[in-house]
Amino acid sequence: MITTTKGLMDETLLRKKEGSETTDQGGLLNWVEYWDGEDLVHRSVEIVLTGVEMQIIGETLGG
Amino acid sequence: MANTQAICTSFKGEILKANHDLTTSTGDTIKAALYLASATVNASTTAYSSTNEVSGTNYTAGGVTVTNGTSPSTSGTTAIWTPSASIVYTTVTLTTAFDAVLLYNSSKSNKAISVHTFGSQTITAGTLTLTMPANDSSNALIRIA
Repeated sequence: MITTTKGLMDETLLRKKEGSETTDQGGLLNWVEYWDGEDLVHRSVEIVLTGVEMQIIGETLGG
Repeated sequence: MANTQAICTSFKGEILKANHDLTTSTGDTIKAALYLASATVNASTTAYSSTNEVSGTNYTAGGVTVTNGTSPSTSGTTAIWTPSASIVYTTVTLTTAFDAVLLYNSSKSNKAISVHTFGSQTITAGTLTLTMPANDSSNALIRIA
């Protein structure tokens, strides 16, 4: 059973679509959808975040 | 407008003022808020704002609290910090496209920390899971080199 826009539904009765892609930052993204006929009733997404870096600049005294 | 991945410039200055404490248990509470693809959160963002934040079923304004079980550390010459668990928004419906998460310090006037983008998404009666990268000098969520 999965949560859907129509309440809990038996996922075996729904059409399942899955996909993977790369985010604009190079991270991995996986999604899964369940369709009841023409209705999208569930979509979940897992994304691997990418980090950010800052540089510390130290000046040399008297340099 | 667009969201841009970055460490917030204000956060850089606040580090030098000892405004943020990211240590575990005794440290500050860090939260994660989602922003619409039409928003503009970036290096210039100084604090959390509900403007252009996502809204929808089971999403609370301000987002969720980040699990912080690993204190900042160093790896070689790089300081690193990564939340110790995925950031999860459970059974939400977010029908307007969003593409960014803002980490901010809810213990310190909601001061902004960083913005992470991932491409436009929607969620339908489902779960959004933001999985953390490896906490090392090349991949940690926050790195100071």
